[in-house]
Amino acid sequence: MIEIKDIEKSFGSNTVLKGISGIFKEGLTNLIIGGSGSGKTTLLKCMIGLHTPEKGSVQYDGREFIDMNFEQRIEIRKEIGMLFQGSALFDSMTVEENIMFPLNMFTDHSFKEKLERVNFCLERVNLAGKNKLFPAELSGGMKKRVGIARAIAMNPKYLFVDEPNSGLDPKTSIVIDELIKEITEEYNTTTIVVTHDMNSVMGIGDYILFLHEGKKFWEGSNKEIAHTDIEELNDFVFASRFMKAARKNF
Amino acid sequence: MNFTNFGRYLLLLKAVFRKPEKFKIYLKAIFQQMDFVGVGSLGLIAIISTFIGAVMTLQIAFQLVSDFIPKTIIGSVTRDSSILELSPTITAIVLAGKIGSAISSEIGTMRVSEQIDALEIMGINSPGYLILPKLIAGITMVPVLVIFAMVLSITGGYLGGTLSGAVTPAEYIQGITTDFNPYTITVALVKAFVFGFIITTVPAYEGFYVKGGALEVAQASTRAVVVSCISILACDYIVTQLLL
Repeated sequence: MIEIKDIEKSFGSNTVLKGISGIFKEGLTNLIIGGSGSGKTTLLKCMIGLHTPEKGSVQYDGREFIDMNFEQRIEIRKEIGMLFQGSALFDSMTVEENIMFPLNMFTDHSFKEKLERVNFCLERVNLAGKNKLFPAELSGGMKKRVGIARAIAMNPKYLFVDEPNSGLDPKTSIVIDELIKEITEEYNTTTIVVTHDMNSVMGIGDYILFLHEGKKFWEGSNKEIAHTDIEELNDFVFASRFMKAARKNF
Repeated sequence: MNFTNFGRYLLLLKAVFRKPEKFKIYLKAIFQQMDFVGVGSLGLIAIISTFIGAVMTLQIAFQLVSDFIPKTIIGSVTRDSSILELSPTITAIVLAGKIGSAISSEIGTMRVSEQIDALEIMGINSPGYLILPKLIAGITMVPVLVIFAMVLSITGGYLGGTLSGAVTPAEYIQGITTDFNPYTITVALVKAFVFGFIITTVPAYEGFYVKGGALEVAQASTRAVVVSCISILACDYIVTQLLL
């Protein structure tokens, strides 16, 4: 479980996060949603330590992360897997080397054991046999899946996913969403997904935190989101004519 | 502003020297970088050093027209200039262009494509993993390249001088072997060590803090070469002043 309390973050005079709190439970797919510039990615970066908030706390199963020094953070980070928006695969390494990288760094397993783990992860994301390809040879969806395979290589307790559907066609987006959901339930990870994709919201959002202008405006599940009266949320979720029409069936 | 940059540069260097996560992986990266910095630059340094030695000999011969100055001086001047100044400085400036821009572009691209963030999230000390192997390769291989450049520059001087008839082989060899002071080699190697440090860390700093996209990576790469060259010349003066 990850608990954030009263997170505040500014860049110069621009306050991006204005006291965000929330609890992200294990085994659930937790979504942070909001329009562009609402502070979703900044909140995610504060949670994983890429940004330091001016105020507030981030607790990983009761362990306060923000006050930790570099060495203490390493211990938490070994329990974190992350899929970046652009996948962030290492260009000069093959798929196999990318997934094996954290295993090489933090385990003393033999090459055979590490290769078995790599192959298991690749099979889990339906990319068996793609070991020797380089990132430049992969499609956008395949890169995301390799990113997920690398993220789960170390059996993470916490899985962070930043905009998993950006640049993907709707069908591939659903495959990625389902994969994230399956992995979350299978490994009982605390999964946090930053997205503004409505298919993801309605499809996998066990817990949804809606940000608007740097503030938490609403929280609930995908079943509850269709029945809310909050104007800002409805304007965001049901922005298109299609979604407005589809809302009646939720 | 420059003090801010210098402070951030020092903080980055502090992070570079944190204990490596796994020494075996760092060692492999060090050898790869030594190959890139050292072996990969041999051809370029060989061509440049040989021609510089040859041209320098011709110019010295052209200027020494007095009958009172023996022609063996041509070899002596070529030797001392090659060892003390031209080999370390020219090698360093050429490497700042070749190696420095590559380091800055590589690290800058990793920054803008979130690969450095990915390293951080995995719990890896990204400055150490990315910069330390390059730094060790720089401070070990640049002195080796400078020695190589010295030898080829003096050899180039021999070829240029004798083929043009500006100096006889005997006069040139007598010149380079007369009154040789081995301390000049020490000064050159100290310079090479300092330049190796600059060539790797300054571009790494420029790349590491890039923000933006392809244009900013290119600008950082240009800035890395310019700042490295100026730093090399400034340190050249300081080291020369201190050691001679």
